[in-house]
Amino acid sequence: MREPFLELIDIGKTYPGVVALDHVSLSVAPGEVIALLGENGAGKSTLMRVLGGVVAPSRGTIRIDGVARSSYTVTDAIAAGIAFVHQELNLFDNLDVAGNVYIGREPVFGGPLRLIDRKTLRAKVRPLIARLGADFEPDTPLAELSLAQRQLVEIIKALSLDARCVIMDEPTSSLTLSETERLMQVIAGLKADGVSVIFITHRLNEVMQCADRAIVLRDGRMAGALARDELSPAAMIRLMIGRDLRSLYVPPAAPPGEAVLDVVDAVTSTYPNQAVSLQLRRGEILGLAGLVGSGRTELARAIFGVDPLLAGGLHLEGAPIRIATPRTAIDRGIYLVPEDRKGCGLLLDLSIAENVSLPDLASHSRFGLVDTASEAENADRQRERLNIRTTDVRTSVGTLSGGNQQKVVLAKWLSMRPKVLIFDEPTRGIDVGAKQEIYDMLRRLADDGVAILMISSDMEEVIGVSDRIAVMHEGRISGFLSRSEFSEHNVLQLAVGHAI
Amino acid sequence: MLENEGTVHKKDLSLLVLILVVGAVVAFINPRFLLVGNLSNTANQVGMFGIFSIAEAFVIIVGGIELAVGSVIALLGVLFIDLIVNRDIDWILAFALIIAGGVAIGTIHGTLVTKMKIQPFVVTLCGLLIYRGAARYYTEDATAGFGYGASFPMLEWLTAGRTNVLGFPLPHSVVALVIVAGIAWLVLHRSVYGRYFYAVGKNEEAARYSGIRSDRVTISAYVICGGLTALSAVLLAMYTRSISPAVHGSFYELYAIAAAVLGGCSLRGGEGSIIGVVLGTILLQVLQNLVNLLGIPSSLNFAVMGTVILIGVLADQYLVQRRQRAPSARGQAAAESKPATLERVSAE
Repeated sequence: MREPFLELIDIGKTYPGVVALDHVSLSVAPGEVIALLGENGAGKSTLMRVLGGVVAPSRGTIRIDGVARSSYTVTDAIAAGIAFVHQELNLFDNLDVAGNVYIGREPVFGGPLRLIDRKTLRAKVRPLIARLGADFEPDTPLAELSLAQRQLVEIIKALSLDARCVIMDEPTSSLTLSETERLMQVIAGLKADGVSVIFITHRLNEVMQCADRAIVLRDGRMAGALARDELSPAAMIRLMIGRDLRSLYVPPAAPPGEAVLDVVDAVTSTYPNQAVSLQLRRGEILGLAGLVGSGRTELARAIFGVDPLLAGGLHLEGAPIRIATPRTAIDRGIYLVPEDRKGCGLLLDLSIAENVSLPDLASHSRFGLVDTASEAENADRQRERLNIRTTDVRTSVGTLSGGNQQKVVLAKWLSMRPKVLIFDEPTRGIDVGAKQEIYDMLRRLADDGVAILMISSDMEEVIGVSDRIAVMHEGRISGFLSRSEFSEHNVLQLAVGHAI
Repeated sequence: MLENEGTVHKKDLSLLVLILVVGAVVAFINPRFLLVGNLSNTANQVGMFGIFSIAEAFVIIVGGIELAVGSVIALLGVLFIDLIVNRDIDWILAFALIIAGGVAIGTIHGTLVTKMKIQPFVVTLCGLLIYRGAARYYTEDATAGFGYGASFPMLEWLTAGRTNVLGFPLPHSVVALVIVAGIAWLVLHRSVYGRYFYAVGKNEEAARYSGIRSDRVTISAYVICGGLTALSAVLLAMYTRSISPAVHGSFYELYAIAAAVLGGCSLRGGEGSIIGVVLGTILLQVLQNLVNLLGIPSSLNFAVMGTVILIGVLADQYLVQRRQRAPSARGQAAAESKPATLERVSAE
């Protein structure tokens, strides 16, 4: 092991009334891959902000190349070779790849005119693209790239800055399986070149796959550090939540009942030549697996009336129904918990109470005026039922953690009478503890007679929570699996379009 | 959050203080400001301008903009006078027709914005040009007014009359504004529909996912705007009694937008209060009065207003940023334990 070039020693960060970090130490040696784990609010982001020079620690020492720094700013961090790949990518849709990589540092010619030297620009970016083995050109418009490719652009940008340490915040949370695989290779490549990587993730198998060691934070403290040979999902989970996670799958209380929603030959605009049929049964959780882009979200949006169905139809409890808008779906008891929580699921500026009552304001109003007391009462009930951690339902949703926000989305629908609940990536970006609570709630709802469709790209989740799995591939259902057929191998086979 | 609670906000209070300070300065330099006649005239202006400023606020709150306010006031104004003076239509019927006309214009704008997905700025800019042209063409660019002998005592009393209240001649336009503002306040800050306006203005997608028919909500904001603009068109027509279609009401949309912005509306939508808009209108009219009373050349009228608005918005921004910095340093736990601060703090 080489000498660490970057050391954070005994770092503490207190805000008035809150201890965000307490005696946390982290050292990074060249070519090391470190996984940073912890539930949401454990202090991971604060630690990374300290590392990036964005936040000054209240106490502790930062040492770079063995020299202790009394002050450490963003500029110092960049000079020290620390680069961020953000969860929300900071790229320009209207520029090409090279333009993004060298934004603000464009090579210029023409003296005071400062014209951009496009040729040099491309020449500088091309070898970096080759180094990562990426499949785009320097002049490919960013708008044409997938999320995974954009992430590579961010990494290229980091490399162009001679980064010695790349920090990735949940880099795989919206990648497909094969894209994740690619990213793992890229990380291995960086490691081979002596570039260190710190990555924050909730996906433990990725840690197993590529990390040299893992640092686990809990409540702002070091919960523990695991060396390569100590890494195991059980050990990591134990450190993250301080207890063992019990086995995921809870069988239903009763065998699934009759069909509640029949989707018959549904055609969506993304795959106009493919039709999807599936059946949601009372009391059953149907997992919908598949690669990102296989048409799962589009199907959910069509059932919920956000997008029109091009052909085919829906039968609710045996009777054909037509759903043109989300309003019609909601009136019939079909609800969607969307993938994009902040963009579609919630109004972040509004309070918990206001968000929860939004789809059903008619029940919380008299003579067209909002009855805020009834609204708050209902929200309070849901807060207790779902264990939303806040003291006041008038708190704006934007201040809550991801897990609690997701519970608020759920609370919207649970205050009405769901017949069909569709979850699109129900636990994306949510910490382990809150995940478990959401799974428990799914099972309870199913046992109460709700038919549930759960779209998920998280293999552990699909296999651990579903009673039955449907797998989509390029706009069609490539197969159904019953519990006895559940395996990562089978789901993957179907997801890539092979038979099992 | 709580932007739509409609209680008096800090922002409204600071606006009120600003009005009082400006008023006191004007009164100190020129005591004629406080003469009953001057106050009553200013109040009359506030009444008429307040109504179409509230109209504008509805559209701004759903995230749109309405630039045709001034042109609509000119077009509907000449139509109203033409209907009752030249075509001998009963004024009650004429009034109803004019309101219907405003509603129709609002419906067209709202439909173009939502169904044809044209940007509100473009739709209403075209409206601004079209209605102005139509007004001038309709009257052949001549001034529309009441001929000798044309008299509508009831209508005149209702729209341009004043009632003595405790020695103060209260203009009826103010009464109209109070009624309109009262209903608008109830609708925006207390009703289910008002909640939808704010929700659609803040995040249309999330509103749709919650089952709100966002197109309908947006269209109705334009419809309300059109109807209220028509009402103020009648008041303004009866107040001026003669309308030169080329200039009548020009720049009024900018007065309306200025009042709405002063009153806390964000042009990004989802924010603003009725009390704020009314206070914003009052401030603008007091400033107008200031220019007249302090002997400032009236050519500087707009410059003074622009400067004061800019200073006001800058000061507000400064205060917001200061408040924003304070709670964010206190960290997550503090933010969770108390309701979020008002206004734009929650936007981060």
